[in-house]
Amino acid sequence: MAKIHIPTPLRQYVSKQPSVEVKGSTVGEALHGLVSQHPDLRRHLYTEEGKLRAFVNIYLNDEDVRYLNKEATAVEDGDNISIVPSIAGGTSLASAGG
Amino acid sequence: MATLTEVQSSPTLSNDEILRYSRHLIMPEVGMEGQLKLKSAKVLCIGAGGLGSPLALYLAAAGVGTLGIVDFDVVDYTNLQRQIIHSTSDVGRPKLDSAAEKLKAINPFLNIRKFEARLASDNALELFRQFDIIADGTDNFPTRYLVNDACVLTGKPNVYGSIFRFEGQASVFATELGPCYRCLYPEPPPPGLVPSCAEGGVLGILPGLVGVIQATEAIKLILGKGDPLIGRLLLVDALGMKFRELKLRKNSDCPACGTHPTIKKLIDYQEFCGIRGEEAIAEATASDIQVEELKKRLDRGDDLFILDVREPHEYQICNLGGYLIPVGDLPMRVNELDSSREIVAHCRSGGRSAKAVNFLRQAGFKKIHNLAGGVLAWADRIDPSMPKY
Repeated sequence: MAKIHIPTPLRQYVSKQPSVEVKGSTVGEALHGLVSQHPDLRRHLYTEEGKLRAFVNIYLNDEDVRYLNKEATAVEDGDNISIVPSIAGGTSLASAGG
Repeated sequence: MATLTEVQSSPTLSNDEILRYSRHLIMPEVGMEGQLKLKSAKVLCIGAGGLGSPLALYLAAAGVGTLGIVDFDVVDYTNLQRQIIHSTSDVGRPKLDSAAEKLKAINPFLNIRKFEARLASDNALELFRQFDIIADGTDNFPTRYLVNDACVLTGKPNVYGSIFRFEGQASVFATELGPCYRCLYPEPPPPGLVPSCAEGGVLGILPGLVGVIQATEAIKLILGKGDPLIGRLLLVDALGMKFRELKLRKNSDCPACGTHPTIKKLIDYQEFCGIRGEEAIAEATASDIQVEELKKRLDRGDDLFILDVREPHEYQICNLGGYLIPVGDLPMRVNELDSSREIVAHCRSGGRSAKAVNFLRQAGFKKIHNLAGGVLAWADRIDPSMPKY
Protein backbone atom coordinates (compact mmCIF):
# COMPACT_ATOMS: atom_id res chain seq x y z
CA MET A 1 0.00 0.00 0.00
CA ALA A 2 1.21 3.49 -0.82
CA LYS A 3 -0.15 6.73 0.56
CA ILE A 4 -1.32 9.41 -1.90
CA HIS A 5 -1.29 12.92 -0.43
CA ILE A 6 -4.24 14.96 -1.67
CA PRO A 7 -3.72 18.74 -1.88
CA THR A 8 -6.37 21.02 -0.39
CA PRO A 9 -8.03 22.11 -3.66
CA LEU A 10 -8.71 18.47 -4.60
CA ARG A 11 -9.84 17.16 -1.21
CA GLN A 12 -13.47 17.96 -1.99
CA TYR A 13 -13.39 15.10 -4.52
CA VAL A 14 -12.08 12.49 -2.05
CA SER A 15 -14.54 13.01 0.83
CA LYS A 16 -12.23 15.70 2.32
CA GLN A 17 -9.46 13.22 3.19
CA PRO A 18 -5.88 14.57 3.34
CA SER A 19 -4.49 11.27 2.07
CA VAL A 20 -5.76 8.03 0.57
CA GLU A 21 -4.15 4.57 0.83
CA VAL A 22 -4.04 2.74 -2.49
CA LYS A 23 -2.66 -0.48 -3.94
CA GLY A 24 -0.59 -0.61 -7.09
CA SER A 25 2.88 -1.62 -8.15
CA THR A 26 3.46 1.53 -10.21
CA VAL A 27 2.59 5.20 -9.81
CA GLY A 28 0.14 4.89 -12.72
CA GLU A 29 -1.65 1.93 -11.12
CA ALA A 30 -1.86 3.72 -7.79
CA LEU A 31 -3.38 6.82 -9.43
CA HIS A 32 -5.86 4.70 -11.40
CA GLY A 33 -6.82 3.03 -8.13
CA LEU A 34 -7.37 6.46 -6.63
CA VAL A 35 -9.62 7.76 -9.41
CA SER A 36 -11.64 4.54 -9.54
CA GLN A 37 -12.31 4.91 -5.79
CA HIS A 38 -13.09 8.62 -6.34
CA PRO A 39 -14.40 9.07 -9.91
CA ASP A 40 -15.03 12.84 -9.49
CA LEU A 41 -11.30 13.34 -9.21
CA ARG A 42 -10.60 11.86 -12.62
CA ARG A 43 -11.17 14.98 -14.76
CA HIS A 44 -8.90 16.99 -12.45
CA LEU A 45 -5.97 14.63 -12.95
CA TYR A 46 -6.49 13.24 -16.44
CA THR A 47 -7.39 14.72 -19.81
CA GLU A 48 -10.26 13.22 -21.81
CA GLU A 49 -7.64 11.21 -23.68
CA GLY A 50 -6.55 9.67 -20.37
CA LYS A 51 -3.23 11.50 -20.08
CA LEU A 52 -2.09 13.14 -16.87
CA ARG A 53 -2.77 16.88 -17.05
CA ALA A 54 0.24 19.12 -17.60
CA PHE A 55 -0.45 21.30 -14.55
CA VAL A 56 -0.57 18.33 -12.17
CA ASN A 57 2.79 17.16 -10.93
CA ILE A 58 3.17 13.75 -9.37
CA TYR A 59 5.94 13.09 -6.89
CA LEU A 60 7.11 9.77 -5.51
CA ASN A 61 8.53 10.67 -2.11
CA ASP A 62 10.52 13.87 -2.89
CA GLU A 63 11.20 13.17 -6.57
CA ASP A 64 9.19 14.27 -9.62
CA VAL A 65 8.11 11.11 -11.49
CA ARG A 66 8.84 12.88 -14.80
CA TYR A 67 12.51 12.38 -13.90
CA LEU A 68 12.01 8.77 -12.80
CA ASN A 69 10.02 6.31 -14.93
CA LYS A 70 6.97 8.58 -15.19
CA GLU A 71 3.75 6.62 -14.55
CA ALA A 72 5.65 3.33 -14.82
CA THR A 73 7.77 4.24 -11.77
CA ALA A 74 7.69 1.34 -9.32
CA VAL A 75 5.99 1.91 -5.99
CA GLU A 76 6.88 0.08 -2.82
CA ASP A 77 4.92 -0.38 0.38
CA GLY A 78 5.05 2.71 2.53
CA ASP A 79 5.97 5.08 -0.34
CA ASN A 80 4.43 8.52 -0.39
CA ILE A 81 2.91 9.79 -3.62
CA SER A 82 2.06 13.51 -3.74
CA ILE A 83 -0.19 15.32 -6.17
CA VAL A 84 1.17 18.86 -6.48
CA PRO A 85 -1.15 21.07 -8.50
CA SER A 86 -0.39 24.70 -9.25
CA ILE A 87 -1.97 27.14 -6.83
CA ALA A 88 -1.97 30.86 -7.39
CA GLY A 89 -3.28 32.42 -4.21
CA GLY A 90 -1.76 35.58 -2.81
CA THR A 91 -2.41 39.21 -3.49
CA SER A 92 -5.30 40.17 -5.69
CA LEU A 93 -3.90 42.06 -8.67
CA ALA A 94 -6.60 41.11 -11.12
CA SER A 95 -10.27 40.40 -10.65
CA ALA A 96 -10.71 37.21 -8.69
CA GLY A 97 -13.59 34.91 -9.45
CA GLY A 98 -16.32 33.77 -7.12
CA MET B 1 42.23 46.23 0.35
CA ALA B 2 39.62 48.44 -1.23
CA THR B 3 40.85 51.51 -3.03
CA LEU B 4 39.70 54.94 -1.97
CA THR B 5 37.35 55.37 -4.97
CA GLU B 6 35.62 52.05 -4.27
CA VAL B 7 35.05 53.07 -0.69
CA GLN B 8 33.55 56.39 -1.74
CA SER B 9 31.18 54.84 -4.28
CA SER B 10 29.96 52.15 -1.85
CA PRO B 11 27.23 52.91 0.66
CA THR B 12 28.14 53.50 4.27
CA LEU B 13 26.07 53.33 7.44
CA SER B 14 25.40 56.37 9.58
CA ASN B 15 25.67 56.03 13.37
CA ASP B 16 21.87 55.83 13.58
CA GLU B 17 21.85 52.99 11.08
CA ILE B 18 24.65 51.18 12.92
CA LEU B 19 22.60 51.30 16.12
CA ARG B 20 19.41 50.27 14.33
CA TYR B 21 21.03 47.23 12.69
CA SER B 22 23.29 46.31 15.63
CA ARG B 23 21.73 42.84 16.06
CA HIS B 24 22.67 42.13 12.45
CA LEU B 25 26.10 43.71 12.68
CA ILE B 26 27.22 41.50 15.56
CA MET B 27 26.29 38.34 13.64
CA PRO B 28 29.13 36.97 11.53
CA GLU B 29 26.67 35.88 8.79
CA VAL B 30 25.62 39.50 8.23
CA GLY B 31 28.14 41.89 9.75
CA MET B 32 28.99 45.26 8.22
CA GLU B 33 29.61 43.69 4.83
CA GLY B 34 26.19 42.01 4.76
CA GLN B 35 24.37 45.05 6.06
CA LEU B 36 25.91 47.17 3.29
CA LYS B 37 24.80 44.54 0.76
CA LEU B 38 21.26 44.85 2.14
CA LYS B 39 21.45 48.63 1.87
CA SER B 40 22.54 48.42 -1.78
CA ALA B 41 19.87 45.83 -2.63
CA LYS B 42 16.75 46.59 -4.65
CA VAL B 43 13.79 44.24 -4.21
CA LEU B 44 10.53 44.51 -6.14
CA CYS B 45 7.36 43.22 -4.40
CA ILE B 46 4.57 42.30 -6.79
CA GLY B 47 1.52 43.21 -4.74
CA ALA B 48 1.04 44.72 -1.28
CA GLY B 49 -1.50 42.17 -0.09
CA GLY B 50 -1.42 38.96 1.92
CA LEU B 51 2.09 37.81 1.02
CA GLY B 52 3.43 41.27 0.22
CA SER B 53 2.53 42.62 3.69
CA PRO B 54 4.88 40.56 5.87
CA LEU B 55 7.44 40.40 3.09
CA ALA B 56 7.72 44.16 2.70
CA LEU B 57 7.55 44.84 6.45
CA TYR B 58 10.45 42.50 7.23
CA LEU B 59 12.58 43.58 4.28
CA ALA B 60 12.11 47.21 5.31
CA ALA B 61 12.98 46.46 8.93
CA ALA B 62 16.03 44.39 7.92
CA GLY B 63 17.52 47.33 6.05
CA VAL B 64 16.97 46.50 2.39
CA GLY B 65 17.84 49.83 0.78
CA THR B 66 15.29 50.05 -2.02
CA LEU B 67 11.87 48.43 -2.01
CA GLY B 68 9.66 48.69 -5.08
CA ILE B 69 5.98 47.84 -4.82
CA VAL B 70 3.61 47.27 -7.74
CA ASP B 71 -0.08 47.46 -6.88
CA PHE B 72 -3.12 49.31 -8.17
CA ASP B 73 -5.72 48.07 -5.71
CA VAL B 74 -7.36 49.91 -2.82
CA VAL B 75 -7.62 48.51 0.70
CA ASP B 76 -10.84 46.57 1.17
CA TYR B 77 -12.44 45.70 4.49
CA THR B 78 -12.07 41.96 3.75
CA ASN B 79 -8.28 42.41 3.27
CA LEU B 80 -7.67 43.24 6.93
CA GLN B 81 -8.00 39.60 8.06
CA ARG B 82 -4.54 38.90 6.59
CA GLN B 83 -2.97 41.96 4.94
CA ILE B 84 -1.30 43.25 8.08
CA ILE B 85 0.45 46.21 6.47
CA HIS B 86 -2.97 47.93 6.19
CA SER B 87 -5.08 49.27 9.07
CA THR B 88 -8.82 49.65 9.46
CA SER B 89 -8.50 53.38 8.84
CA ASP B 90 -6.84 52.65 5.47
CA VAL B 91 -9.95 51.06 3.96
CA GLY B 92 -10.58 52.80 0.65
CA ARG B 93 -7.03 54.13 0.29
CA PRO B 94 -4.64 52.90 -2.39
CA LYS B 95 -2.66 49.98 -1.00
CA LEU B 96 0.53 51.60 -2.26
CA ASP B 97 0.02 54.70 -0.11
CA SER B 98 -1.01 52.73 2.94
CA ALA B 99 1.95 50.33 2.59
CA ALA B 100 4.49 53.09 1.92
CA GLU B 101 3.39 54.95 5.06
CA LYS B 102 3.83 51.87 7.30
CA LEU B 103 7.18 50.97 5.76
CA LYS B 104 8.52 54.50 6.15
CA ALA B 105 7.35 54.52 9.76
CA ILE B 106 9.30 51.31 10.43
CA ASN B 107 12.41 52.44 8.61
CA PRO B 108 12.88 56.07 7.48
CA PHE B 109 16.15 55.10 5.75
CA LEU B 110 14.17 53.01 3.25
CA ASN B 111 13.88 54.19 -0.33
CA ILE B 112 10.38 53.24 -1.48
CA ARG B 113 9.44 53.20 -5.14
CA LYS B 114 5.73 53.01 -5.84
CA PHE B 115 4.38 51.70 -9.12
CA GLU B 116 0.64 52.20 -9.35
CA ALA B 117 -0.01 49.98 -12.32
CA ARG B 118 -1.22 46.58 -13.33
CA LEU B 119 1.86 44.51 -14.04
CA ALA B 120 1.61 43.68 -17.74
CA SER B 121 3.60 42.45 -20.70
CA ASP B 122 4.32 46.02 -21.81
CA ASN B 123 5.82 47.24 -18.51
CA ALA B 124 7.26 44.20 -16.72
CA LEU B 125 10.68 43.94 -18.39
CA GLU B 126 11.54 47.61 -17.99
CA LEU B 127 10.44 47.50 -14.36
CA PHE B 128 12.27 44.28 -13.47
CA ARG B 129 15.55 45.56 -14.94
CA GLN B 130 15.63 48.24 -12.22
CA PHE B 131 15.72 45.65 -9.42
CA ASP B 132 17.92 42.79 -8.20
CA ILE B 133 15.25 40.41 -6.90
CA ILE B 134 11.56 40.00 -7.72
CA ALA B 135 9.18 38.72 -5.00
CA ASP B 136 5.99 37.29 -6.49
CA GLY B 137 2.92 37.21 -4.27
CA THR B 138 0.08 37.54 -6.76
CA ASP B 139 -3.14 35.55 -6.73
CA ASN B 140 -3.67 34.63 -10.35
CA PHE B 141 -2.07 32.48 -12.99
CA PRO B 142 -1.64 35.08 -15.76
CA THR B 143 0.53 37.22 -13.44
CA ARG B 144 2.43 34.14 -12.16
CA TYR B 145 3.47 33.23 -15.69
CA LEU B 146 4.16 36.85 -16.60
CA VAL B 147 6.44 37.29 -13.56
CA ASN B 148 8.22 34.02 -14.29
CA ASP B 149 8.87 34.76 -17.95
CA ALA B 150 9.95 38.34 -17.23
CA CYS B 151 12.35 37.06 -14.52
CA VAL B 152 13.86 34.53 -16.94
CA LEU B 153 14.19 37.15 -19.70
CA THR B 154 15.82 39.74 -17.42
CA GLY B 155 17.86 37.21 -15.41
CA LYS B 156 16.34 38.21 -12.05
CA PRO B 157 15.62 35.61 -9.36
CA ASN B 158 11.94 35.11 -8.53
CA VAL B 159 11.26 34.58 -4.83
CA TYR B 160 7.97 32.74 -5.13
CA GLY B 161 5.16 32.16 -2.65
CA SER B 162 1.63 30.92 -3.13
CA ILE B 163 -1.23 30.07 -0.79
CA PHE B 164 -4.58 28.35 -0.78
CA ARG B 165 -6.77 27.87 2.31
CA PHE B 166 -4.19 26.47 4.73
CA GLU B 167 -1.57 25.24 2.27
CA GLY B 168 1.34 27.18 0.87
CA GLN B 169 4.22 26.77 -1.53
CA ALA B 170 7.53 28.61 -1.66
CA SER B 171 10.60 28.40 -3.86
CA VAL B 172 13.23 30.47 -5.61
CA PHE B 173 12.86 30.34 -9.38
CA ALA B 174 14.74 31.64 -12.39
CA THR B 175 18.23 31.79 -10.96
CA GLU B 176 21.01 31.17 -13.45
CA LEU B 177 21.36 27.46 -12.76
CA GLY B 178 18.05 26.62 -11.10
CA PRO B 179 14.62 25.78 -12.50
CA CYS B 180 11.88 28.30 -13.28
CA TYR B 181 8.14 28.12 -12.57
CA ARG B 182 7.51 26.72 -16.05
CA CYS B 183 9.95 23.84 -15.41
CA LEU B 184 7.49 22.84 -12.69
CA TYR B 185 4.25 23.86 -14.40
CA PRO B 186 4.68 24.24 -18.18
CA GLU B 187 1.09 25.37 -18.57
CA PRO B 188 -1.67 26.73 -16.32
CA PRO B 189 -4.78 24.83 -15.29
CA PRO B 190 -7.89 25.65 -17.28
CA PRO B 191 -9.95 28.32 -15.49
CA GLY B 192 -12.53 26.83 -13.18
CA LEU B 193 -10.55 23.76 -12.15
CA VAL B 194 -8.59 25.63 -9.49
CA PRO B 195 -10.58 27.96 -7.24
CA SER B 196 -9.21 31.41 -6.36
CA CYS B 197 -8.73 32.68 -2.78
CA ALA B 198 -11.94 34.67 -3.14
CA GLU B 199 -13.80 31.41 -3.77
CA GLY B 200 -11.75 29.05 -1.64
CA GLY B 201 -10.77 31.29 1.24
CA VAL B 202 -7.43 31.49 2.99
CA LEU B 203 -6.40 31.14 6.61
CA GLY B 204 -5.33 34.64 7.67
CA ILE B 205 -2.00 33.69 9.21
CA LEU B 206 -0.89 31.55 6.27
CA PRO B 207 0.32 34.45 4.10
CA GLY B 208 2.28 35.51 7.18
CA LEU B 209 4.10 32.18 7.27
CA VAL B 210 4.74 32.02 3.53
CA GLY B 211 5.53 35.74 3.11
CA VAL B 212 8.15 35.53 5.86
CA ILE B 213 9.69 32.53 4.10
CA GLN B 214 9.88 34.67 0.96
CA ALA B 215 11.50 37.50 2.93
CA THR B 216 14.02 35.05 4.40
CA GLU B 217 14.95 33.78 0.95
CA ALA B 218 15.30 37.31 -0.43
CA ILE B 219 17.65 38.27 2.43
CA LYS B 220 19.71 35.09 1.95
CA LEU B 221 20.06 35.77 -1.78
CA ILE B 222 21.24 39.32 -1.04
CA LEU B 223 23.71 38.17 1.58
CA GLY B 224 24.85 35.17 -0.47
CA LYS B 225 24.54 33.05 2.66
CA GLY B 226 22.90 29.77 3.51
CA ASP B 227 21.11 27.28 1.31
CA PRO B 228 18.41 29.00 -0.73
CA LEU B 229 15.22 27.26 -1.93
CA ILE B 230 16.66 26.93 -5.45
CA GLY B 231 15.60 23.61 -6.96
CA ARG B 232 13.37 22.88 -3.98
CA LEU B 233 9.64 23.41 -3.53
CA LEU B 234 8.68 23.91 0.11
CA LEU B 235 5.12 22.79 0.91
CA VAL B 236 3.58 24.28 4.04
CA ASP B 237 0.52 22.63 5.59
CA ALA B 238 -0.60 24.92 8.38
CA LEU B 239 -3.40 22.61 9.50
CA GLY B 240 -1.10 19.63 10.05
CA MET B 241 1.82 22.03 10.73
CA LYS B 242 3.97 20.01 8.39
CA PHE B 243 6.70 21.31 6.16
CA ARG B 244 7.65 19.07 3.24
CA GLU B 245 10.16 19.58 0.52
CA LEU B 246 10.14 18.36 -3.07
CA LYS B 247 13.04 18.36 -5.51
CA LEU B 248 12.72 20.58 -8.56
CA ARG B 249 14.85 20.12 -11.62
CA LYS B 250 15.68 22.47 -14.41
CA ASN B 251 13.85 21.09 -17.43
CA SER B 252 16.05 21.21 -20.52
CA ASP B 253 12.85 21.31 -22.64
CA CYS B 254 11.42 24.23 -20.66
CA PRO B 255 9.88 26.77 -23.07
CA ALA B 256 11.24 29.66 -20.94
CA CYS B 257 14.63 28.60 -19.54
CA GLY B 258 15.44 25.36 -21.42
CA THR B 259 18.26 24.83 -23.88
CA HIS B 260 16.09 25.92 -26.83
CA PRO B 261 13.64 28.41 -25.35
CA THR B 262 10.58 29.31 -27.42
CA ILE B 263 9.55 32.24 -25.21
CA LYS B 264 11.74 35.12 -26.32
CA LYS B 265 9.40 37.93 -25.42
CA LEU B 266 6.39 38.41 -23.15
CA ILE B 267 3.07 37.14 -24.50
CA ASP B 268 -0.61 37.81 -23.80
CA TYR B 269 -0.96 36.02 -20.46
CA GLN B 270 -4.72 36.56 -20.09
CA GLU B 271 -5.17 34.71 -23.34
CA PHE B 272 -2.61 32.07 -22.34
CA CYS B 273 -4.50 31.36 -19.10
CA GLY B 274 -8.03 32.61 -19.37
CA ILE B 275 -9.95 32.13 -22.58
CA ARG B 276 -12.21 29.32 -21.45
CA GLY B 277 -13.24 31.05 -18.22
CA GLU B 278 -14.30 34.20 -20.01
CA GLU B 279 -16.35 32.17 -22.48
CA ALA B 280 -18.15 30.43 -19.63
CA ILE B 281 -19.10 33.73 -18.05
CA ALA B 282 -20.11 35.29 -21.38
CA GLU B 283 -22.43 32.36 -22.13
CA ALA B 284 -24.15 32.73 -18.82
CA THR B 285 -24.76 36.48 -19.08
CA ALA B 286 -27.55 35.89 -21.62
CA SER B 287 -29.71 34.44 -18.85
CA ASP B 288 -28.71 36.77 -16.01
CA ILE B 289 -31.43 37.97 -13.68
CA GLN B 290 -30.92 41.13 -11.62
CA VAL B 291 -31.61 41.15 -7.87
CA GLU B 292 -34.39 43.75 -8.28
CA GLU B 293 -36.22 41.53 -10.74
CA LEU B 294 -35.83 38.48 -8.53
CA LYS B 295 -37.24 40.41 -5.56
CA LYS B 296 -40.22 41.60 -7.63
CA ARG B 297 -40.96 38.12 -8.91
CA LEU B 298 -40.67 36.51 -5.47
CA ASP B 299 -42.93 39.20 -3.99
CA ARG B 300 -45.65 38.53 -6.53
CA GLY B 301 -45.45 34.80 -5.77
CA ASP B 302 -43.87 33.44 -8.97
CA ASP B 303 -42.85 29.80 -8.72
CA LEU B 304 -39.07 30.13 -8.65
CA PHE B 305 -36.65 27.53 -7.35
CA ILE B 306 -33.66 29.23 -5.72
CA LEU B 307 -30.51 27.14 -6.09
CA ASP B 308 -27.60 28.15 -3.86
CA VAL B 309 -24.34 26.70 -5.24
CA ARG B 310 -22.08 27.93 -2.42
CA GLU B 311 -20.57 25.80 0.34
CA PRO B 312 -22.52 24.91 3.52
CA HIS B 313 -20.32 27.17 5.71
CA GLU B 314 -21.11 30.11 3.43
CA TYR B 315 -24.82 29.34 3.68
CA GLN B 316 -24.48 29.78 7.45
CA ILE B 317 -23.18 33.34 6.99
CA CYS B 318 -26.20 34.48 4.98
CA ASN B 319 -28.66 32.98 2.52
CA LEU B 320 -31.75 33.62 0.43
CA GLY B 321 -33.46 30.48 1.74
CA GLY B 322 -32.40 28.59 -1.37
CA TYR B 323 -31.75 24.91 -1.88
CA LEU B 324 -28.07 24.23 -1.27
CA ILE B 325 -25.95 22.17 -3.68
CA PRO B 326 -22.29 23.25 -3.78
CA VAL B 327 -21.16 23.73 -7.38
CA GLY B 328 -18.64 20.88 -7.06
CA ASP B 329 -21.43 18.47 -6.05
CA LEU B 330 -23.81 19.44 -8.88
CA PRO B 331 -22.80 16.67 -11.31
CA MET B 332 -23.59 14.05 -8.64
CA ARG B 333 -26.74 15.69 -7.31
CA VAL B 334 -28.32 17.04 -10.48
CA ASN B 335 -31.19 14.53 -10.13
CA GLU B 336 -32.38 16.45 -7.06
CA LEU B 337 -33.42 19.30 -9.38
CA ASP B 338 -36.71 19.50 -11.29
CA SER B 339 -35.99 20.71 -14.82
CA SER B 340 -39.65 21.67 -15.37
CA ARG B 341 -39.39 24.43 -12.75
CA GLU B 342 -37.80 27.81 -13.32
CA ILE B 343 -34.47 27.88 -11.47
CA VAL B 344 -32.44 30.87 -10.26
CA ALA B 345 -28.87 29.86 -9.36
CA HIS B 346 -26.76 32.09 -7.17
CA CYS B 347 -23.47 32.14 -5.28
CA ARG B 348 -21.55 34.91 -3.49
CA SER B 349 -20.84 37.20 -6.43
CA GLY B 350 -21.99 35.34 -9.54
CA GLY B 351 -18.89 33.43 -10.77
CA ARG B 352 -19.64 29.96 -9.50
CA SER B 353 -23.33 30.18 -10.32
CA ALA B 354 -22.38 31.10 -13.92
CA LYS B 355 -20.48 27.81 -14.09
CA ALA B 356 -23.44 26.00 -12.54
CA VAL B 357 -25.83 27.54 -15.09
CA ASN B 358 -23.58 26.43 -17.96
CA PHE B 359 -23.38 22.94 -16.53
CA LEU B 360 -27.14 22.67 -16.03
CA ARG B 361 -27.88 24.01 -19.49
CA GLN B 362 -25.63 21.34 -20.97
CA ALA B 363 -27.49 18.81 -18.83
CA GLY B 364 -30.72 19.87 -20.57
CA PHE B 365 -32.15 22.48 -18.17
CA LYS B 366 -33.91 25.21 -20.16
CA LYS B 367 -35.50 27.54 -17.59
CA ILE B 368 -32.46 28.60 -15.63
CA HIS B 369 -31.08 32.00 -14.65
CA ASN B 370 -27.93 33.23 -12.98
CA LEU B 371 -28.43 35.82 -10.25
CA ALA B 372 -26.07 38.62 -11.35
CA GLY B 373 -23.82 39.72 -8.49
CA GLY B 374 -25.03 36.94 -6.16
CA VAL B 375 -25.82 37.52 -2.48
CA LEU B 376 -23.43 40.50 -2.45
CA ALA B 377 -25.69 42.33 -4.91
CA TRP B 378 -28.73 41.27 -2.85
CA ALA B 379 -27.14 42.74 0.29
CA ASP B 380 -26.18 45.95 -1.53
CA ARG B 381 -29.44 46.63 -3.35
CA ILE B 382 -32.28 44.71 -1.66
CA ASP B 383 -31.51 43.86 1.96
CA PRO B 384 -28.84 46.06 3.58
CA SER B 385 -29.20 44.08 6.84
CA MET B 386 -27.69 41.01 5.19
CA PRO B 387 -24.00 40.51 6.09
CA LYS B 388 -21.44 40.62 3.29
CA TYR B 389 -18.29 38.52 3.17
